[in-house]
Formats: sequence, structure tokens, C-alpha cells
Amino acid sequence: MLSRTADNLYWLARYMERADFLARAIQASRRLAALPKAYGGDETEWESVLLSSGAALAFENSGRPVDEGNVVGFLTFAPENPGSIRNCLEQARANARAVRTALTIEMWESINDAYLEMRALESRGGVPCAQELARFLELIKQTSLTYDGGAYRTMLRNDAYWFSRVGLFIERADNTARLLDVKYHVLLPEKEVVGGSLDYFQWSAILRAVSAHTAYHWVYRTSMKPWLVADLLILRPEMPRSLISCYESIVRNLDNLARAHGRQGASQRHARGVYGRLEKLTMESVFQGGLHEFVQSFIAENNRLGALISEQYLF
Amino acid sequence: MDSRLTQFDELAGADGCTRAPYRKLSQWLAATPPELLASRREQAELLFRRIGITFAVYGAQEATERLIPFDILPRILSRGEWTTLEKGLIQRVAALNAFLADIYSAGDILKAGIVPADLVYRNPAYCPDMAGRRVPYDIFVHIAGVDIVRTDDQGFFVLEDNARTPSGVSYMLENREVMMRLFPELFALHRVAPIENYPDELLATLRSVAPPRANGDPTIVLMTPGQYNSAFYEHSFLADKLGVELVEGRDLFVRDDVVFMRTTEGPRRVDVIYRRIDDDFLDPLCFRPDSALGVAGLMGAYHAGNVTLANAVGAGAADDKAMYTYMPEIIRFYLGEAPLLQNVPTFRCREADALAYVLDRLDELVVKEVNGSGGYGMLVGPHATRAQIEEFRAKLKAQPQNFIAQPTLALSTCPIALASGVAPRHVDLRPFVLQGANGARVVPGGLTRVAMTEKSLVVNSSQGGGTKDTWVIDDAWVDEEAAGQA
Repeated sequence: MLSRTADNLYWLARYMERADFLARAIQASRRLAALPKAYGGDETEWESVLLSSGAALAFENSGRPVDEGNVVGFLTFAPENPGSIRNCLEQARANARAVRTALTIEMWESINDAYLEMRALESRGGVPCAQELARFLELIKQTSLTYDGGAYRTMLRNDAYWFSRVGLFIERADNTARLLDVKYHVLLPEKEVVGGSLDYFQWSAILRAVSAHTAYHWVYRTSMKPWLVADLLILRPEMPRSLISCYESIVRNLDNLARAHGRQGASQRHARGVYGRLEKLTMESVFQGGLHEFVQSFIAENNRLGALISEQYLF
Repeated sequence: MDSRLTQFDELAGADGCTRAPYRKLSQWLAATPPELLASRREQAELLFRRIGITFAVYGAQEATERLIPFDILPRILSRGEWTTLEKGLIQRVAALNAFLADIYSAGDILKAGIVPADLVYRNPAYCPDMAGRRVPYDIFVHIAGVDIVRTDDQGFFVLEDNARTPSGVSYMLENREVMMRLFPELFALHRVAPIENYPDELLATLRSVAPPRANGDPTIVLMTPGQYNSAFYEHSFLADKLGVELVEGRDLFVRDDVVFMRTTEGPRRVDVIYRRIDDDFLDPLCFRPDSALGVAGLMGAYHAGNVTLANAVGAGAADDKAMYTYMPEIIRFYLGEAPLLQNVPTFRCREADALAYVLDRLDELVVKEVNGSGGYGMLVGPHATRAQIEEFRAKLKAQPQNFIAQPTLALSTCPIALASGVAPRHVDLRPFVLQGANGARVVPGGLTRVAMTEKSLVVNSSQGGGTKDTWVIDDAWVDEEAAGQA
């Protein structure tokens, strides 16, 4: 396939995944910020959302004070924030439009529908009210489901599919890792307080941001423990947003590409290396070496994979 | 006689008795409540918008993606009408190809004094770089869009030949798909000739002209200027239907006179390029050095015979409006046949007598720039203001050779469904003719363009014109039905 097409598909998948993550993260934070202060509900939550979405610097440059309205506005509809949901969706659609031929009609329609709805909302002008905002976030989550389902159910299993899957899982791993990076201090084991912790609601917000709130209970069948939350997001293969699960998928899809093209390359080797290390890892060793350090180095490794893929396939 | 007075409606006919091809439709319309039409119109708009069939209009900032208005009532031709048309179209394209092969080699027609040499060699679309070169099978025009109008029951006129990169075929195909989703009951009433095989016919045409070294299994690509081009939707649509890569200039490169595309598996050789990009932008080494859309060295590969371009470079020399006026002579010269399709009577303003005649009647005539297209640079006399007419008079006097003039034709009308009810609007027709090494192909029908504004004669989509599905239906069946009802 054309390198440019692969590039577009890869970024299309990344933008869709990012938009979905942002929508979930905002919803989780609104929930947390709405709690009384004593339960962890305060304005620092909005700083951490800015950090985990990678928009902190851009927001600072905008000169606005950090509060719910400003942050949510910046992350959803702000045209000046390159990583806002509206820009992700617009980028996703531009990429999709450039590779219409590589998408199935279902995938295109889901993106285009969401885009048109967003444009309709914007064309009404003014700041969207809380209800509109809630509907918009739902729409984004819904769109990512339809898009993803469309890809899964209708795309030919060829390099177009594999490139878009690789993009999706690299972005997802990045998002999960950033979330961990921002929240690591509440996930450390020494934080446990007998009789429950005020961080409880922080943990549940993290789980909600990656739609794992229910999954946690099914996996551990115990009350919420911060190290188990970290375990779920890093090492549990059955958790679809855990780092290890993302890398299992990345390795599989890159292998499919390598098989179809008849050659293995640096990106396959790198991905297998990351996956292999995750497989051997235990949470004890993660905490020993420092959760923060671990996450930082993972983010760097994940970025490195992105660069290697560009080099190997995308020119 | 003022031709404007005798409006010919394709449904109502001249005498107000419904014409045979429209009998079923007319009965159906009479029995259909207006609300149903209104709801189908809404559905159609929704479908088009969802599929993303849009059209970019140059210069319109806010509306960079606009829907072409679609009318839900089909335009209907009988099989008999179509057969006549089809023969004429194939004849016309054969003559265009013979003419191009001739003017880029021996120039017999110029020597014979039938077409003035300066009109050919000074034509901006004439490509000196192609002089003395042969193209595969002497085919320059592989895909032609011939604009057809009618003014009465009798015959068809050619309004314009499009031999460069004619567009609109995706609308022809999508209009049919949308119609089949919206009006299954109408399709059940008529036997409509299918057009869905167009992409296959196009593919067969492109394969037939591949360089011999492709060994019967050529790699074909469709080359687009990119997603900001007005016809990008069509490019991606066609590439998808053809199952070929949609490439931009930056996806291709030339090494040792061979064209390659950059793929995830490394460079891949390209044999046939269906290019939807103008000559001027193809190769910055050969044409516009500032073009970032093309591929450096492409013309070298083309001249080496390593890649086929469809349509061929320089094909535009045959389709400008000045050359158009010579088409009847061109057909006779190369084919030894009388033209089956008539030209609209045309005054060549380069000729002094004609110019004087035209200047006297600017308020009656349509004046067109020889190199204009898309409805730009055109004066419709009867609808123009005093000032517009004077402006054109000045232009005409300054450069008469740049203009032709035609009588304002009473273009036929077809019914369209509006919010206010069913009303007639002017239409034209663009059938698409494919010419390969193994023959000519035309799928039955084409793109009907319709002037959505009352009395307007301008059907171009860049000027707000719309489209309709075009049906060719079986005569025998129509006659039988008619007999059954009599």
C-alpha cells in the first residue's frame, strides 16, 4: 500500500483513540471535581487532566486561570488547542478523507457523522451548555465505538487494518501511561491507610478514565487498592487498556505486517523487546524501581516505536 | 423565429401529451402525494451528506465543501434515443483521437487547409513537447465527457467536447445508487439499463493501453492533485471502485525513466496513470516549475514509453471551443462519414463577418471564451445586464480570436421536484465515452446536469447547477405498456 495511506491510517487511528480518551478523562474528572473537597474534589484535578492529556503547556500559554469551565472548554472545543477533541476529530476526518478508499463506508460514515454534528453544534455559536457538552462527550465515545466496531467488522485483514490497529494501540498505551504518570503519587502502596483512604475517589476516577471501573472488581474481587489499580493498568493482559495488552496487540499486528511484507524490521524487534520486558515484570519490581520512573521510560520506549514505524514503513 | 418561445419539455413534449418514455413516471407522479416527494428529498440530502459526496468550490471560503443539489426525479431516455446518441458519441471520440494523432505528427488536416494551422499550433493546450511523438495505439483521449443538449424531439446537439480530465462520473454512479435506495418502486415500474459496470469498463480501457512491458498485468494508479481539489471526492471514489491506489505527486518518483510509487513495501513500478491533474502540473521539469503537484521526470518516463498517461498529454488541443466549430469537418476528414451528432451553430469571432454579426446581436447570443470552462467567462446575452454586454463587447473587439458565439438555445427542460411542487428546469447531459485499444465503450446514460434556478441556462456545478439520475429504458417495453393501456 502507499506509504502515505499507511501514514494517514495510522494517524487517523491515533486521533480517534485520543479523542475517546479525552472524552472519558473529562467525564471522570468532572465526576471527581464535583465531590466535596474532603473527598478529593478540588481544582487540582483540572491540572492533572491538563497534564495527562498533554495540553498543560498550551493551556498555560493561553493565560487562562485553571478552572473547570476553562479546562473543559480548552480540551473539547478550543480550536487553538491542537490536541482538543474538536481538533482530533477534524484531523481524524481529514486523514479519513485523504484515504477514503482504504476505509469501509461504515468507518467513514461514523467519523463524518460525528464531524457534521460537531460542526452543527459549533455553528450555533457561543459556549455549549453543560447538557450539550455532556451529549458531545457521549457522541465522541459512541463514535469511537462505531468506528472501531466498523473497522473490526468490515475491514479486510490486510496492511490497512494492521496499520490502523498499530496506531490505535500505540496511542492507547501512551494515554494509559500518561494517566499513570500524572496520578502515580496516589497509586503508591505506602499510601494505604487502614479504614479506607481519601484517595479512593482518585483511584475510581482513574479507572473510569480508562473505562475499567467495573473491570477492576471482576478481576480482583476485592476493594480498591492503589497497587492493584496500577497492576490492572500495567500488567493485566485481560484489561484491554493495560500497557501489556496494548503491546500484545502491537506485536501481533506488526507481525502480521511483517509476514505480509516478507520481512521483519526494527519496529518488530523493538515492540517484541518492550512486550517481553512487560511479560517478565512484577508490580514489586515496578514499585521498587519507582512507578514514576517506570512510566517515564515506558512513554519514551513507546514514542521510540512510533519513530521506528515511520522509518520502516512511512518514509 | 425566436427559439426561446418554443420550449421543449422532455416529459410534456411539444404538444403537452406526455412523451412515451415518461408515461410511467408521469402516472406515478400524479398518484404520489407531495409529502412523500418532500420526505424523499430530505432522505436524499441526508444520504449524500453522510456519504460525503461534496464538491469544493474555488474561492468560496466558508463553503469549501458543498453538496451538489440533487433532484430526485429521473431524466428518462428511450433505448432508441440512446442508440442514436451512443453511435454519435463513439464517432465523435474516434474523430477527436484521429485529429490529435494527426496534429502531433504529419498534420494532414492542416495541410489540407481544413483547420487553420495557427489555431492548432498557437492553442495554449497544444503541447509542443508531444510533437512527433506517438502514444500507445494512437489513443490520446481514453475518457471523454461530451456535453449534449436537445431542443426538440428530433435530435441531439453537442455543446462541448471534454477531452482533458472530464469529471462528474462519480455523481452519475452515486445518483443511481441513491435513487435505487429511495425509489425501489420506480425501478420496479421501469427497466432501467444498468450503469454500475462503468468502473470495470474504465479498468478494462486503462489496462488495454498499458505499455507492453507490463506483460498484461499492469499496475494502474489514479493521480489526484489532492484532497483540496474540487473533484477529490470523485478521485477517491473512482480509485476505490477501480481497486487502484489513489496517488498524489509526492507518492511517485521517477528513476531511470521508470515511474515508481512509494509503498510500505518499498518502491513499486507504475504502468498506467489515470491522471486527474492538468498537463501543466504533471512534471515541473517539463511544464510549470512551480508545481508541487506533479512528478519530476514523469514526461521522460512517458516519452520512453514506460508509462501510459490517460488522457494523453496535449489532448486539450482538440477540445477547446474554437476547435469545436471544426468538428463536423474533422469527422468527415478522418472517418469519411457524415457527423451523427450536430454541433450547435457557432460563430467564430476570429472571422470578420462573424464578428460583425455577433457584435450586432450580443443581447441574443451566448458568447464563450475559447479557453474558458466551468461556466466561467461566459455571456448569456438575453440574461445579461447592459453593463455586462458592454464589457463583453470591449473584450470581443480587443481579442476576437478568443471568443465564439452561439444562439441562445431553447435547451430542453425536465421536471424537478421542488419544495413548491414539480416544475420544469433546463438540463444538459454528459455521457462518458471510453476509448481503449480494444474498442469504445459508453455506459447507457450519463450525468444530467440541471439548472436549479428557474429559466437559468447555466448547469455547471461550480455555478450552483444540480444533477439528476439519467435512465435509459427499453422501448419495446414502453410500447408494449402503451399498447396494453390503449
